[in-house]
Amino acid sequence: MAEKKWMPRWFYQLASPRWCYQITGKLLPWFALAAGLLLIGGSFWALMFAPADYQQGNSFRIIYLHVPSAILAQSAYMLMAVAGAVGLIWKMKVADMVLKSAAPIGASMAVLALATGAIWGKPTWGSWWVWDARLTSMLILFFLYLGVMALNSAIENESTAAQASAVLSLVGVVNIPIIKYSVEWWNTLHQPATFTLTEKPAMPAEMWVPLLVMVIGFYCFFAVSLMMRLRNEIVWRERRTGWVRELLSKQ
Amino acid sequence: MSFNSFSEFLAMGGHGLYVWLSYGLGLAVILINLVLPRLQRNRLLAEQKRRLRREEGA
Repeated sequence: MAEKKWMPRWFYQLASPRWCYQITGKLLPWFALAAGLLLIGGSFWALMFAPADYQQGNSFRIIYLHVPSAILAQSAYMLMAVAGAVGLIWKMKVADMVLKSAAPIGASMAVLALATGAIWGKPTWGSWWVWDARLTSMLILFFLYLGVMALNSAIENESTAAQASAVLSLVGVVNIPIIKYSVEWWNTLHQPATFTLTEKPAMPAEMWVPLLVMVIGFYCFFAVSLMMRLRNEIVWRERRTGWVRELLSKQ
Repeated sequence: MSFNSFSEFLAMGGHGLYVWLSYGLGLAVILINLVLPRLQRNRLLAEQKRRLRREEGA
């Protein structure tokens, strides 16, 4: 019996490591260009042209790294959870590889968000760290990333490692709404979200436009780093196939 | 332009240490995330090419 195809064609193409390797090879330079332009331009804008905050002065400029890295740490985690679900349901190998590749990048983004938060907290709150709901849930996010990375390096069998890390990613996704609403559910020092989908930002445009540029730049950078790691993973797992042999002999 | 001179830019109104520490860290994290996969790729391709040659020679 012919199996009925429920999903659009690109979904089946994504399942092919070879197709993924080729398409990411074409996309990579464009994302790299966009990331470079946005991050360099955004940093100059953030450091030199954005106005200083009337209360926090120039330490406010840390927001242009802190917010993008925190957003990305959460987005990367959600990507991991979605990839984990796809891998569990459809047994898609590429999804397992995406999950594995996203973990170290997400972990480094969580570190950057926590570190810039600590550095910003010192002049603003007078303390590097407080056991506040937002900070604690973000620290838990970092540990979840470490957990996924540890599972992947500890379990020898690739499909067992993929299943274990998919389950951990899915369970840990509970932490994402906790991070998001932590500033509303609990009394906290941390200020509420800068960007929401429904309302205009509370800060003036000269402040939030460069922030938006940095956020998009960070997403492009994440895409570049993820594709680089994913391509390595594809070559490694497909090393015995004909097309990788061909690729290697052409190099 | 928010600053009148370069030294004012570096000082960041007394918050220079915090701001530059953050941006230095940001740059380091981004570079690590690009350099590590690049090195991994070079190593992986070299290893696999060596394996391929060995198998073809055998």
